[in-house]
Amino acid sequence: MSAHARRTGIVSAAVHHPAFMAGIVLSSIFVVAALLSFVWTPQDPLRLDIPGKLRTPSLAHWFGTDHFGRDMFSMIMVGARVSMAVAFVAVGIGMLAGVPLGLYAASRRGSLVDEFIMRGNDLIFAFPSLLLAIMITAVFGPGAVNAIIAIGIFNIPVFARLSRGAALSLWTRDYVLAARVAGKGRLRISAEHILPNIVNLLIVQGTIQFSLAILAEAALAYVGLGAQPPLPSWGRMLADAQTLISLAPHMALFPGLAIVVTVLGLNLLGDGLRDLHDPRSRRTRP
Amino acid sequence: MTALSVSGLTLAIHGTPILSDVDLTVGAGEIVGIVGESGSGKSMTALSVMQLLPHGSQWSGSIKVAGNDVGAMTETELCGMRGRDAAMVFQEPMTALNPVQTIGDQVAETIRIHTGTGRREALALARQTLDRVGLPADRFPLDRYPHELSGGQRQRVVIAMAIALRPKLLIADEPTTALDVTTQAQILDLLSGLVREEGMGLMLITHDLAVVAGLADRIAILQHGSVVESGATRDVFAAMRHPYTRALFSASAHVPSRTPPPAADGPPVLAVSEVVREYPQPRRGLFHRPPRFRAVDGVSFEIARGENVGLVGESGCGKSTLARAILALDPLDGGEIRLNGEVFSSAGDGPRMTQRAGVQVVFQDPYGSFNPRHKVRRLVCEPFHLLGSPPRGAELEARMLRALEAVGLSAGDADKYIHEFSGGQRQRIAIARALIIEPSLIVLDEAVSALDVSIRAQILDLLAELSGRLDLSYLFISHDLTVVRAITDRVMVMKAGRIVEEGPTTRVFEDPQHPYTRSLIAATPSLAAALAAPADRRAPSGRRDA
Repeated sequence: MSAHARRTGIVSAAVHHPAFMAGIVLSSIFVVAALLSFVWTPQDPLRLDIPGKLRTPSLAHWFGTDHFGRDMFSMIMVGARVSMAVAFVAVGIGMLAGVPLGLYAASRRGSLVDEFIMRGNDLIFAFPSLLLAIMITAVFGPGAVNAIIAIGIFNIPVFARLSRGAALSLWTRDYVLAARVAGKGRLRISAEHILPNIVNLLIVQGTIQFSLAILAEAALAYVGLGAQPPLPSWGRMLADAQTLISLAPHMALFPGLAIVVTVLGLNLLGDGLRDLHDPRSRRTRP
Repeated sequence: MTALSVSGLTLAIHGTPILSDVDLTVGAGEIVGIVGESGSGKSMTALSVMQLLPHGSQWSGSIKVAGNDVGAMTETELCGMRGRDAAMVFQEPMTALNPVQTIGDQVAETIRIHTGTGRREALALARQTLDRVGLPADRFPLDRYPHELSGGQRQRVVIAMAIALRPKLLIADEPTTALDVTTQAQILDLLSGLVREEGMGLMLITHDLAVVAGLADRIAILQHGSVVESGATRDVFAAMRHPYTRALFSASAHVPSRTPPPAADGPPVLAVSEVVREYPQPRRGLFHRPPRFRAVDGVSFEIARGENVGLVGESGCGKSTLARAILALDPLDGGEIRLNGEVFSSAGDGPRMTQRAGVQVVFQDPYGSFNPRHKVRRLVCEPFHLLGSPPRGAELEARMLRALEAVGLSAGDADKYIHEFSGGQRQRIAIARALIIEPSLIVLDEAVSALDVSIRAQILDLLAELSGRLDLSYLFISHDLTVVRAITDRVMVMKAGRIVEEGPTTRVFEDPQHPYTRSLIAATPSLAAALAAPADRRAPSGRRDA
């Protein structure tokens, strides 16, 4: 009974959280677009039409055409696939590896393990992500997957540092002492008491890193280390538009808007998730 | 001339009524005590006077500071009033000072803002003011930083900042609540001396009846935002017309009824022998390693079954370190701790997990003791982790209910989150969590210090009842001698890591042997003694004689 009551409580709280609902709607637009692009796009995004290049938006080409005459709307749909996959997986790698490392380091504060983990993170942080990507590319060759790995590795120290810092202050709380008096070990306390209380920080940082990852992919694509042509990505579309910005501003406008709206949607979603996750700020009554 | 006159003050914040029709006057050279429990509106009254109310506040009525109507002032005029005509001393001296500025600059700042004098003159005046509050130049030069001072010394700096311009009105909001008893006595002496010499009005806000009873000329008792009783201190306490005054008074002096524990048989519940706990100190140089700081220095004692033992001492005496050692949260550097006759932890050997279920703890802060993301059900059942085969299903439910009911909560509370409870209820939940695996010893680390007097009385009753019924032993750690006296059979006095006196509670309080114990007891404000003192004597000296 209580589980059921709690479920409906969270759902009704979610429905009545305007930012959360706006975030859901905005983010799902692009998720749906990305999924839909596997089966249908208005035009073939790979078909070149040199005579019809740099067209402004029209009924035939909703977002216009680029400098090769490809349909921008279709390219953005396919590009959503690449950009979101890169961003999701890269932030996922960063979180999955970084958060446990940070929590473990915090639970053994001041020990050699702590030093080893955190100095290792400093080492990764010291490399610019671009340099890291070039190194990985030099070994494995260019491509979207290697871009994901490079951006993912760069995300690890961000999450490790954040979770260690937040966890350190929680380790001095009385309820952690009470858990230790109840005989619980470091790992169990980290999972039960520390992690749920830093999730809100992680969600907010995650949405920030997500937008940074989309931009990082754009940067890598710009120097030719990201998704390889002809596979479109938002970042490379922006990069292509850069030289033609005065001639065809729509080429920069639409991929730029796509990035802005996705990032905004995910930020709202993240804020909403943070509020819903916290029993203190959850409002169960409509 | 009256320093402050408030009449018909009504305040609402975002539509919630906070104060209703508060009347208050503070004359020059007069000490007026404002007494009330948390949420009664005492701090909001002070903030109304200073016009430092939070956003969304709406007030009506009249507030006059030194004859000037605060309601008619512009923000610029208010800034001129704050600090010059009316000044304030806050509760927490640790956060009331800027850590990166010297104390001289901080005292001089008030002077420079209001008078526009140069830095040199302002510093000279700051020097005089610091001398006046008992921080002489040879030991406390102006270029000291706050972190180099103790809590009591910092509070003196805060008072110096407040009185530097000789304001007509000084508001002190719980000025000694964060301080040790001996320091509290000194700060109260300082405040009452300043009032007499400077002729300023002092509005002393406190929850502690004993403090105002010894100090204030008049008191006002606040409940739910209204003044329920006010008048000359002696008259208010003698007559006690309002039932709330009577309730506060009896709660302050409350002694729970206890049955003395039966003669102990078998091994003691807790046996601490020659326990040593040391901390490394920060290095001062590359080649110089400072000696380790001995926080607990060869402490030994025993607690018999069903016995309630008090451990008193001022902050920094090592009592909390000792508590952590007993709970086996920290390793020992010497000695050993036995629970029910078996070794629990000893130097070089960590805690025996099988013994852990024998001792549980209740912490001071009812707000920080619980994971805010878990429901009461899960919070209370956490110690079951210690049992090899924890109860499940119906048995778990039954034991949880039994623990909740033992502390006066109901089954419906199990599915609430902790933020839905008040401070007193949270402390009940903390006790339920400690009780649930039926330990033989509960360490109560300042467990009632953060509670209002009426709630404190209820929790003390609950603890006494549980101890009698379940044959529980308590180690009751506190700096509050009144509470320790009320609930313990035996008391230990700790100073600088050592136990300097130990004995039955009544004997220690009535006939203290060690000079330190004597100074502690003399410094503790006592309601009865303050009221029994002759009428013409002002409080500080009266309290000293007590």
